[in-house]
Amino acid sequence: MATTTAVQTPRYTPAQLAAMAERRRHRIIGTIMVLLGFAGLVLFANNADPAAVSTFGLNTGRTAVIRLGDLVVPTQATVIALSSLCLFIGGYQIIRGFGKSTNAVFGLIILFFIASFLVWATGDKSINLAAMINSTLLRAVPLTLGALSGVMSERAGVVNIAIEGMMLSGALVATITGSLAGSLWVGVAGAVLTGVLLSLFHAVLSIRYKVDQIISGTVINIFSVGITSFISAKFLSEFPRLNNPGIFRSEPVPLLSAIPILGPIFFDNNFFVYAMFALLIVVHVALFYTRWGLRTRAVGEHPKAADTLGINVFRTRYTAVLLSGALAGFAGAYFTLGSVGRFDEGMTAGRGFIALAAMIFGNWTPFGAFGAALIFGFADSLQSRLAILNVPIPSQFLLMAPYIATMIALAGLIGRTTPPAADGKPYEKQ
Amino acid sequence: MAETVLKEIIPPVTEVQRAPLWRRIWEAVQLPALALFTAFVVGGFIIALSDFKVLEALADTISRLNPLGYALLILTVMVLIGGVLISRRPEVILRRLRFAGTGRQSRWFNIIAVLLTIAAVIVLLVVIGFGPVLALAWSAVTGAYGALIEGSLGNPAQIVTALQSGDSRAIALAFYPISESLVASTPYIFAGLAVALGFRCGLFNIGAEGQLFIGALTSVFVGYSVTGLPAILHIPLALGAGALGGALWGFVPGFLKARVGAHEVINTIMMNYIAFRLSEWLLNGPMKRPGAVPVSPFIEASAQLPRFFPDPIRFHLGFFIALGVAVFIWWFLFKSKWGFEIRTVGANPSAARYAGMNIALNIILAMSMSGALAGLAGANEVLGVNYNLANAFSSGYGFDSIALALLGRSHPFGVVLAALLFGTLRSGGTRMQNVAQIPIDIIIVVQALVIAFIAAPGIIRAIYRIVKPGEGEVVFTRGWGR
Repeated sequence: MATTTAVQTPRYTPAQLAAMAERRRHRIIGTIMVLLGFAGLVLFANNADPAAVSTFGLNTGRTAVIRLGDLVVPTQATVIALSSLCLFIGGYQIIRGFGKSTNAVFGLIILFFIASFLVWATGDKSINLAAMINSTLLRAVPLTLGALSGVMSERAGVVNIAIEGMMLSGALVATITGSLAGSLWVGVAGAVLTGVLLSLFHAVLSIRYKVDQIISGTVINIFSVGITSFISAKFLSEFPRLNNPGIFRSEPVPLLSAIPILGPIFFDNNFFVYAMFALLIVVHVALFYTRWGLRTRAVGEHPKAADTLGINVFRTRYTAVLLSGALAGFAGAYFTLGSVGRFDEGMTAGRGFIALAAMIFGNWTPFGAFGAALIFGFADSLQSRLAILNVPIPSQFLLMAPYIATMIALAGLIGRTTPPAADGKPYEKQ
Repeated sequence: MAETVLKEIIPPVTEVQRAPLWRRIWEAVQLPALALFTAFVVGGFIIALSDFKVLEALADTISRLNPLGYALLILTVMVLIGGVLISRRPEVILRRLRFAGTGRQSRWFNIIAVLLTIAAVIVLLVVIGFGPVLALAWSAVTGAYGALIEGSLGNPAQIVTALQSGDSRAIALAFYPISESLVASTPYIFAGLAVALGFRCGLFNIGAEGQLFIGALTSVFVGYSVTGLPAILHIPLALGAGALGGALWGFVPGFLKARVGAHEVINTIMMNYIAFRLSEWLLNGPMKRPGAVPVSPFIEASAQLPRFFPDPIRFHLGFFIALGVAVFIWWFLFKSKWGFEIRTVGANPSAARYAGMNIALNIILAMSMSGALAGLAGANEVLGVNYNLANAFSSGYGFDSIALALLGRSHPFGVVLAALLFGTLRSGGTRMQNVAQIPIDIIIVVQALVIAFIAAPGIIRAIYRIVKPGEGEVVFTRGWGR
């Protein structure tokens, strides 16, 4: 057979190619913006009753110092205004482009689109906007904490798909230790310790024995499902007092919680919400502004180079994976101590995987992951309110949204997600 | 063309000295067997330590311990640690005893040391007064595992008396457990083959569960909506629909992996949840049978896989179809050009590319076939067992199949054996739950441990001091990197 390997001279330099890809990406984003605008006009404005008004409640019904009146807007006019804005900005993006702030503008457009959807869906109804944002935030808490766990370990080059399992085990241990000790803090400590132990298993398997990290994570996921259901069926159903730890109550921050609208939403929550914000900042600063963070990221990007410079790759990875486990265990405690107050079999219900998705969607950064978790939390909170609204969308489709969004993000349609270069590869010291 | 190039690179196999057959079988089987054994031992400890009677007796005994008892307890712990240390490093001890042994001798020494340690610990514990606790723990474990075996294979005495009496009803009841085990094994064979095929191409298909759901949805749809066909056409049509649905669900992650390098693990996980929501919606809406329960209509009688015996024996044609498919997959993987390319892409993508193979095409083919197999598992459950589709019907066949493929070493025949084992565990677990009050979830724990031990052979080798064989490890998957 003839070999037909003609040497092709490159027509463009890599820099030119990258610039072209960037321009194409900007055009695609612009097109999506325009399409969203059109969708708003066709789907929402077209179907809206011209006389209808949308009513949004702005009080969470808790410790609002200053009560506000409801926000009432004309449905059709608002939708048309928001959609036209999408069209305009999208057109500008296609023609001129927003340059570096493209992603932020795109986020704004998505916000507009969601807003126009909400306005349309609330036509001639009323919905409590403040309560909805608050529930979005609450639903984002375990997702954000789980995503932080993923960021922590994957930045050091160890894939952690065991977030789900660690959260589930953490939730169970939190309820048992919390009930036994009669203290919520002991419950939190128990959950964190559980996460650390499971991640130690993950670390030993994947760093010492160089087991495929995905298989090792799968082991933890399956093991957690089995052992939590086993213990729950064997002990918790027999001794219900083991499953009664109580929950963290909302504690308004003095002064800040008195701010209209924002105060009750952000500063009148339980311990986990504040802890989430704190950890978000801590992880961000630790990873990107400390020597330790630089080393961790170096190990995740190019372990051999890091090793050559005298960084202990194995120890760095162990630390990162154990911290990741602690975060995942803490996220698990939210389910029992911060939300329901009891353990139910399989109560995490795939949220660990949505957290993983949020991490990918947020491009392996803490705040990106938080943004993604907010979007996913919103979809979740919206589907639970669909029954009140007259929306012809089955709630299952809204629940699918995070997964589809992640697949689109991963496929690089809107821009490439870039995992750490050495993510998932065991390191062999030479 | 690909083969010829590879033959130039890789020396012919005939030059390598091959071990005798029994030795190769033993080497292939010993690791999975030891992993299984170890997992069951750990499971036994969990069962014993979660038994209320054992715990009560333990607390009682500890509360009655006198100082001598405590001293002996410490001695026991020291014996245990010493025994473990000696069995870990027998060479050192042998050298001390001026007994410079070969490897074989030290292995025997090792086994004897372990057995002696166990015996000494048991004797000491009995002397201290833990005898009743040990007896209770032993009876808890044997009771649980006994119920497991009886529930999956049946009671030999019952089978013999039933056969002697010649009463067809009694015979059916006696063989009911075995039949149920085979019925449970059938979807495992399909799903295990699905995951194994992915492993052979270096792909980790966590999405077997979702593909199984879609396969069940499409085949149940064809099963109830197409009417008036003879069974000889309707059954293949419904099975084919299931395979096609699963293949579609596997194709998407395969395509994304091949085209843009998106990792198949993430995408199959996402596709799983999309499949769950989709089936939830379909069963609550378009495919719902009139009534309150979200469940599909019953399939036509012509689409039902035939059963061979009267009720309650549910053993059906699907089992033989599964065996046939396993043989086909074996042929496909090891005797066909396509399978050769898939395995080469899995073992060494660079070599495959160098040999001119189309990597993208092979990845897409492997994922689609994997999905089709998982879809067949769902179709098989719907057409052979349930005759309709209820919400959340699968209860984890797709997830268990990961353990199964690993246990079967990603070889079709290994997968069949592992599927038979898992099927018996699953059907026996129900009886264990009813008779011995051990939650069936212990089986899931055992499965997780099996995966861990198979995936980390270093642990099993370290425990049983097995010398690493010369062959390379099977490639399972790769990292996120592209």
